[in-house]
Amino acid sequence: MLSLAHVHVYHGPIHALRGVDLSVEMGEIVTLIGANGAGKSTLLMSICGAPRAGRGRVLWDGEDITDLPSFEIIRRGIAQVPEGRRIFSRMSVLENLLVGATPLEDGQREEDLQRVFALFPTLKDRQHQRGGTLSGGEQQMLAIGRALMGRPRLLLLDEPSLGLAPRLVQRIFEIIEAINREQNVTVFLVEQNAYHALRLAHRGYVMANGRIVLAGESKALLANREVRAAYLEGGV
Amino acid sequence: MGYFLQQLINGVTLGMIYGLVAIGYTMVYGILGMINFAHGEIYMIGAFISILGFILVGLAGITAVPLALIIVLTATMIFTAAYGWSVERVAYRPLRQAPRLAPLISAIGMSIFLQNYVQLSQGAQVKTLPPFIEGGVVLLRDADFAVRISYVQLLIWLLTLVLMAGFAWIIGRTALGRAQRACAEDRVMASLVGINVDRTISLTFVLGAALAAVAGTMVTLYYGVVDFFIGFLAGIKAFTAAVLGGIGSLPGAMLGGLILGLVEAFWSAYFTTEYKDVAAFTILVLVLIFRPTGLLGRPEVEKV
Repeated sequence: MLSLAHVHVYHGPIHALRGVDLSVEMGEIVTLIGANGAGKSTLLMSICGAPRAGRGRVLWDGEDITDLPSFEIIRRGIAQVPEGRRIFSRMSVLENLLVGATPLEDGQREEDLQRVFALFPTLKDRQHQRGGTLSGGEQQMLAIGRALMGRPRLLLLDEPSLGLAPRLVQRIFEIIEAINREQNVTVFLVEQNAYHALRLAHRGYVMANGRIVLAGESKALLANREVRAAYLEGGV
Repeated sequence: MGYFLQQLINGVTLGMIYGLVAIGYTMVYGILGMINFAHGEIYMIGAFISILGFILVGLAGITAVPLALIIVLTATMIFTAAYGWSVERVAYRPLRQAPRLAPLISAIGMSIFLQNYVQLSQGAQVKTLPPFIEGGVVLLRDADFAVRISYVQLLIWLLTLVLMAGFAWIIGRTALGRAQRACAEDRVMASLVGINVDRTISLTFVLGAALAAVAGTMVTLYYGVVDFFIGFLAGIKAFTAAVLGGIGSLPGAMLGGLILGLVEAFWSAYFTTEYKDVAAFTILVLVLIFRPTGLLGRPEVEKV
């Protein structure tokens, strides 16, 4: 459904991605783990053309989307929950969600809103508050809710657990699983919290220095000695 | 007392015109973080198009004032908006990724170009329009002074209020307004929720130019004279109004415009007409020194 072939990304003089190949199939939860600065966020953003792949191809549903403008990619059913959440802090919670519905031509906004509110009841209580006044966990929920408002088929999530209390992390991961199973949304998840991510995902990729160094079933990666040594031991 | 009231009326009228132009500055600043120095010229072009419109409407034999006014206003808004759209397309969009100084220089270039373009095509002489709407209402009669509000002034007040209400609605309640505010906050994220950022920016220029067109038409009716250079002073005044109100803030632009109009009117009335521009620019300097965020502006530092 989504596949990247030999994708290179350059940030000025920095060669951030050095020929990445990966694929995500319909209905899967796939995770990408790796150390800080490995290029995980860049990879996730480059799927949406921000930054654009300097070399290589990004295919979605058999279509080459490498050179499409970002908004066109989003309108083809991909949603992004980026690093740092990037909610619109001067707009209300409700407005953030409505902006998320932009990819839909007409959209059953009311229905989608109710679905997001059912998933995140706190957002309903705070819908008239400014986004910037929410706590970190609520902002994360808002970012996910905003992404869901566009009815994506593929949800890209960048470190949804970052900076959240352990109980909230657990909760967010449960919600991601529910979105995947009940709303039939494919999930591609970037995480530093490798243990949680691999427990949730069906498959995983390990990234280092702008390359994919390991790939496989989550169970196999969890058992892999190198992965354990580098990302799991003492971490969890 | 009568004299004071009269100056109040004149000042508010002037202030509303400044406010309409100032909104164009403040909106573009909000979304692009740059000052569109060609906006004063857009206003001047609006004034020229409206004169042309009034002449054509007269030639066509349309004498009913409301009908003529609606035709001229609509046509002026459409054509001026096309200029606003083109300016963005030609002078700013190619520089979207460039350092911040580049579009600023491009804006000044555009401003000079448009001035000369109008001077060449329309001539350097002052264009005049015979009074189109005459008369007014006497509100109050003192011993030796009658406070009067002309129909043109009333029209300016009414139009401005309607446009402001419409604008507040667009920005606050519609999908376009939400897209504009999203772009103003985080352009990359806006594109990542599916907003066509370039189109949103174009529409911002179109809306700003349409408001400037209304201001230009009103000035034509109010003073009856237009030349290719009026955009410069009006532009800087409106820019002052936008800065005074807090650049990036729409209510601020209107408030700034009103204050500036009142200051100018009272300054001319009680001191001297020659130095009214000095008063306006003194305000700009003082605001920039003591309150750079303006009256209603946001401080730059935001809690993350």
